[in-house]
Amino acid sequence: MAKQYETVIGLEVHVELATKTKIFCGCSTAFGGAPNTHTCPVCTGMPGSLPVLNKQVVEYAAAIGLATNCEITQVCKFDRKNYFYPDNPQNYQISQLYLPIARNGYVEIEVGSTKKKIRIHEMHMEEDAGKLVHDEWDDTSLVDFNRSGVPLVEIVSEPDMRSADEVMAYLEKLRLIIQYLGASDCKLQEGSMRADVNLSVREVGSDKFGTRTEMKNLNSFKAIARAIDGERQRQIDLLEAGRAVVQETRRWDDNKESSHAMRSKEDAQDYRYFPEPDLVPIVISDEWIAEIKARQPELRTEKLERYKKEFDIPQYDAEIITSSKHMADIFEAATAVCGKPKKVANWLMVETLRLLKERGQEPEDICFAPENLAKLIALTEAGTINSSVAKEVFEKIFDENIDPDKYVEEKGLKIENDEGALEQVLAKVIAENPQAVADYKGGKEKALGALVGQTMKAMKGKANPGLVNQKLREMLS
Amino acid sequence: MDMMGLTAVELGKKIRAGEVTVREAAEAALAQIDRVESQVHSYVTIDREGALKRADEVQKLIDEGKLEGPLAGVPVAIKDNMCTEGMLTTCSSKILGNFQPTFTAEAVKRLEDAGAVILGKTNMDEFAMGSTTETSYYGETKNPWNLGHVPGGSSGGSCAAVAAEECFYALGSDTGGSIRQPSAFCGVSRYGLIAYGSSLDQIGPIAKDVTDCAAILEVIAGHDEKDSTSIGRESYDFMGALVDDVKGMKIGIPKDYFGEGLDKEVKNAILKAVKILEDKGAVVEEFDLSLVEYAIPAYYVIASAEASSNLSRFDGVKYGYRTGEYEGLHNMYKKSRSEGFGAEVKRRIMLGSFVLSSGYYDAYYLKALRTKALIKQAFDNAFAKYDVIVAPAAPTTAPELGKSLSDPLKMYLSDIYTVSVNLAGLPGISIPVGTDSKGLPIGMQLIGDCYQECKILRAAYAFEQTKGYARPKLVSADEKGGR
Repeated sequence: MAKQYETVIGLEVHVELATKTKIFCGCSTAFGGAPNTHTCPVCTGMPGSLPVLNKQVVEYAAAIGLATNCEITQVCKFDRKNYFYPDNPQNYQISQLYLPIARNGYVEIEVGSTKKKIRIHEMHMEEDAGKLVHDEWDDTSLVDFNRSGVPLVEIVSEPDMRSADEVMAYLEKLRLIIQYLGASDCKLQEGSMRADVNLSVREVGSDKFGTRTEMKNLNSFKAIARAIDGERQRQIDLLEAGRAVVQETRRWDDNKESSHAMRSKEDAQDYRYFPEPDLVPIVISDEWIAEIKARQPELRTEKLERYKKEFDIPQYDAEIITSSKHMADIFEAATAVCGKPKKVANWLMVETLRLLKERGQEPEDICFAPENLAKLIALTEAGTINSSVAKEVFEKIFDENIDPDKYVEEKGLKIENDEGALEQVLAKVIAENPQAVADYKGGKEKALGALVGQTMKAMKGKANPGLVNQKLREMLS
Repeated sequence: MDMMGLTAVELGKKIRAGEVTVREAAEAALAQIDRVESQVHSYVTIDREGALKRADEVQKLIDEGKLEGPLAGVPVAIKDNMCTEGMLTTCSSKILGNFQPTFTAEAVKRLEDAGAVILGKTNMDEFAMGSTTETSYYGETKNPWNLGHVPGGSSGGSCAAVAAEECFYALGSDTGGSIRQPSAFCGVSRYGLIAYGSSLDQIGPIAKDVTDCAAILEVIAGHDEKDSTSIGRESYDFMGALVDDVKGMKIGIPKDYFGEGLDKEVKNAILKAVKILEDKGAVVEEFDLSLVEYAIPAYYVIASAEASSNLSRFDGVKYGYRTGEYEGLHNMYKKSRSEGFGAEVKRRIMLGSFVLSSGYYDAYYLKALRTKALIKQAFDNAFAKYDVIVAPAAPTTAPELGKSLSDPLKMYLSDIYTVSVNLAGLPGISIPVGTDSKGLPIGMQLIGDCYQECKILRAAYAFEQTKGYARPKLVSADEKGGR
């Protein structure tokens, strides 16, 4: 019988914090911007400049530590990690090695119906590097320091995960906790959340870890899942062929669905860490911790339970809506205006998700005002527009955040309730479709549908389909 | 008028009284530079046009009553490791030979706000690494007292410029004695100071007398939110400390500083000075400081470790020197740095990289940090008993040119009396107490407890009242010294 293998996975997750300014200077952290416009002497590493710590970074990091059940290091320090690379203007990164801000935490995940704790080894604060832009034509590289000095936390898990599903569940859990705290928007595509995967395999039943590799360049949840499967298989193939797994860092190519070695343990760099002499130790008092705890907002699990109780919406709906803090915020705001939680939930669950999928966007990208959704619901509830018009209007809201009241007015989309006008159109439709009329009278119910359709078309969708149906039956009886 | 013989505070008074214009003061300093600079070589950069233009601006502000401080209009020289916006700042290194900062160091800015006129940037040991100013890429500075001798270092250019009266005062920086030692051989916010050993670096005044020192310190001291390690305090009144009274002041003499290795003439001169303070009512006592022999190794380990990291930004990518021909990134790094840094800087980068490397960190760097903590404790114990500790600034007077660099270990040992003060984070001052048989000045160091600058200023001031101000022959050939 073939050997059975178990996969052992630990993650290093980088999360970009949602501060307005950088970790050690006052420059903006806004995404985009012309190259090197969000920079100053500090974040470009000019000689003589000195870092000054952004207090909000400590607040966010401590809040994440507390929400993931970590012990907070009440006197923590920054260290320098030394390495040469042009995206790193000082050729050292200010990070934390010896006294990271949080340690020994865990989050609980659920896969299928099994609950499991994934332990967090430690979490530390550090600065992001700049971005290199390679000009292939000119054979030169350019550096953009806009990202240099953007605050990050790195969350290092214990090797507690055993499958891609567990990894997904862990990442999703972290993402939701951090989003709900408001500490980051955690967008994988824009790189505000990134994960490196440490993976090894061993025979089932073994209590020794195998040799692990570290996989980098994973830009989406799907890429992570594919990389885990690919790396698991690569390592098993090596072992089955009687060869050894080499401890190394590998780079995942999601297009080719394969990885290649970047550097082995032997040429691993010596980062020559030492305490950062330009910053003083950070003292996080009991009072400060209490304040951060007190400010902790409602997290996902609590919100989900509240939605079920307070708004009487099904578990499934509540799960989807709370799976994005942004979507949950829209849900609550729209409900507060129109008082119809189930209708709001439906618009989010069906049309919103459909449009997001069509546009290739994530729930965080929703940019319409909740009031406009509430207004749309009021319009349909009042019978001012019919459901097909409502869908059309919603798409406008989704894409352009239009005001539905004004839009319906301007475009003349209100249902015509003038029975005389309707009867005139009906008479014309009946006269122009003798075959359908004959079919209906001959007992073919379907033929009525064709006549309704013709009428709606003639009235440009503004008729009330129920009323059309009823009038037609009367006129043909 | 012998304008260059004035102290900064004396000149400031005359300027405010309208007896001297700021332009006249700047012109006098530039004329003195013309007279002696070719012999002394204190400066890396001299900004004649800028200084004269600035002099007129400052004069206008004084006339309008917008500038009233004691240093308004007084020309100053700045050590070349402090950033000056738009003015070359080279750290006396080839690698920064073309570097013009985009901002001005906080301490310099405070001087400018107080009406300083910057004459130029002074020579130094490359990246402040050295004790003689001979490691400068731009040539050595000579001791104005004897041109065959070094001025000391690393702030040798600033000290020589003050001694040779090529400016009225100067700023230096001190990581292991770089102000006190060259001041002996010749007499704040770190934002904008190009770092060598960050945890030990400090900016300080170099001046003709204690009064000037206090006045300058009042201007440059103060919390700067751009430097997290600068501290805010209640009082910045240092001029108030200038009282000629040391009655009852407890002075400790560390026996360990007066033993083997200390030149006899230096020792005698300092003990004589101590006797003067005792005669004025100070209570003098000898004691064992301990740990003195560990200060030098701890200092060189910590300073070099920090330097190896601080200097890694000089890589030829963004500014400064880049090698002419290279193949690929790593070759560019290697060649630019190999060609751009001098031997002493490279030696310390290698030493620092080694003590931080995996497997050696605990044995060297961590041990040095522990030693630093113990040294601080030894000083804490001493300051429980004494107000001021008196020590030599250096074991000898200024060595001859060209005698130090061939034996770096010997050069490192010359920092023995000064480095402990940086390791322990204490204020120190060096004042001239006389000359040796070769006519070279001897410096006495006064060390105070944390934030006790006033005590050392008072002791220094009281001593200064007992003797005249000596000038090197170079500047006083026709006027025969003294004021």
